[in-house]
Amino acid sequence: MTTTHAAEAPPPDAPDGLQEHFDATIARDQRIEPRDWMPDGYRRTLIRQIAQHAHSEIIGMQPEGEWITRAPSLRRKAILFAKVQDEAGHGLYLYSAAETLGADRDDLTQRLIEGRQKYSSIFNYPTLSFADVGVIGWFVDGAAICNQVPLCRSSYGPYARAMVRICKEESFHQRQGYELLMTMMRGTDAQREMVQDAVDRWWWPSLMMFGPPDDASPNSARSMAWKIKRHSNDELRRRFVDMTVPQAEKLGVTLPDPELRWNEEAGHHDFGTPDWDELMRVIKGDGPCNDRRMERRRTAHEEGAWVREAATAHAAKQAARARKGAAA
Amino acid sequence: MTTTPAAETVPTAAALALGDDALVLSHRLGEWAGHAPVLEEEVALANIALDLLGQARVLLSTAGDEDELAFRREERAFRNCQLVEQPNGDFAHTIARQLFFSTYQHLLHDRLASGDGPFAPLAGKAVKEAAYHRDHAEQWTLRLGDGTDESHSRTQRAVDALWRYTGELFQPVEGLDEVDWAGLERTWLELVTDVLGRATLTVPEGPRTGAWSAGAGRQGLHTEPFGRMLAEMQHLHRSHPGATW
Repeated sequence: MTTTHAAEAPPPDAPDGLQEHFDATIARDQRIEPRDWMPDGYRRTLIRQIAQHAHSEIIGMQPEGEWITRAPSLRRKAILFAKVQDEAGHGLYLYSAAETLGADRDDLTQRLIEGRQKYSSIFNYPTLSFADVGVIGWFVDGAAICNQVPLCRSSYGPYARAMVRICKEESFHQRQGYELLMTMMRGTDAQREMVQDAVDRWWWPSLMMFGPPDDASPNSARSMAWKIKRHSNDELRRRFVDMTVPQAEKLGVTLPDPELRWNEEAGHHDFGTPDWDELMRVIKGDGPCNDRRMERRRTAHEEGAWVREAATAHAAKQAARARKGAAA
Repeated sequence: MTTTPAAETVPTAAALALGDDALVLSHRLGEWAGHAPVLEEEVALANIALDLLGQARVLLSTAGDEDELAFRREERAFRNCQLVEQPNGDFAHTIARQLFFSTYQHLLHDRLASGDGPFAPLAGKAVKEAAYHRDHAEQWTLRLGDGTDESHSRTQRAVDALWRYTGELFQPVEGLDEVDWAGLERTWLELVTDVLGRATLTVPEGPRTGAWSAGAGRQGLHTEPFGRMLAEMQHLHRSHPGATW
């Protein structure tokens, strides 16, 4: 599949040789950098993907941020604070990566707030107990790692480099989430019940994080040809299941899928089919928390407007004073 | 080298006063997560909150079990000053609270770090953090005070509203006998007056201590919003007595 590197016909106005040079760079597994020529479709696809990735980091602060003020020990509170702070930092790296493609962060934020760009479906599910914090670390960060480690080799340089930094921090969060669950499983009956309940609620939404099945994923083929994406949705989903099942056994929880079993012949786990109708509803805005997440993001943005305006006005006054000082 | 003073040498009342200040302010800053006006402030406020939480953990651990002290004391047993428990309000209120507190904390830790008391090692680390917090608060006070008409009036309101809680900061804390509280207060007033002046803000004329607020927090007398804050903070821990997290 990756041999079809000329994924899009050169636009009529592409100067001679640029398309060929681009195709050859991709074929040799070399990186495209911000000043290189690239097809418009490649640029648009990347802006969309990186922006949605950035939005996901920012919206993703909300479900876990819910528990910062209720964390049951000071150690867990510090861990959660650090994690939510890291997510804001990841959002910042990713917006910067998108800006290297000519996008503008304010414009991308506006698109998010107006619902014209998406974020990961998973953050539209509620965090109902403290065990959810651990399960988000284990499943959601685990799924993000499966998705993102291959992106460290993505063909667009700034994106790939952002992913290297992000993946290091995500693996740390994943281990901390799993360690919280381990501690809770060694605790009281009530704590063990909280963990199993959280696992039951988050398992299927986590599998949906990899996107629709391959035969219904409109952008996949082109993204793979461009080496923006390196593996298909189904392939990454299967990898996640194979990775997670032994961890669930070690933890002592069951995964809520009666069809889940090891397939000796395939060397993989067989598993049930996620509810794709639910995924479509959540992506279209009709999940349990879509309105709440968007409303909160919009409110923070609107209520912060006077602060941003003050910073701009102050900077302008300072600049004017500096000019006056230099002229005097 | 350790930054944790040996428990037996530390005066408990002082460890609780300083530890509770840091714990409560850290909690208030945590309420900003996901609400900040710009992403950079999500990072900065969480960063400050984490520094304060780290200080609180060291201090409370010298006075007993950190979680026992944070999650199982009633409102009347907390020794934090009333300033840090004040609700976040708008961004200007949060920044004014930060300016008043971090200037105080920077001066206090600077004093403690240069002495040979039991808090010197902790203060040596905390003074670097407080310097960053103070710089952050000063920069924002200047931007907001000397920004737009709206930001100016919001910030003046915040400074006026929080002024009455600043006198308490300089009530002597039992066990910190090396501190010249009156000298600390004079320096604090000079520094804060200078920042407010550069920010085109007026230093309030009202009293810095009311009938209630002179040393009240240090005696466990708090303002109404504090009980509600503790209810949220302690709920999960209290619901599962004896559980380990």
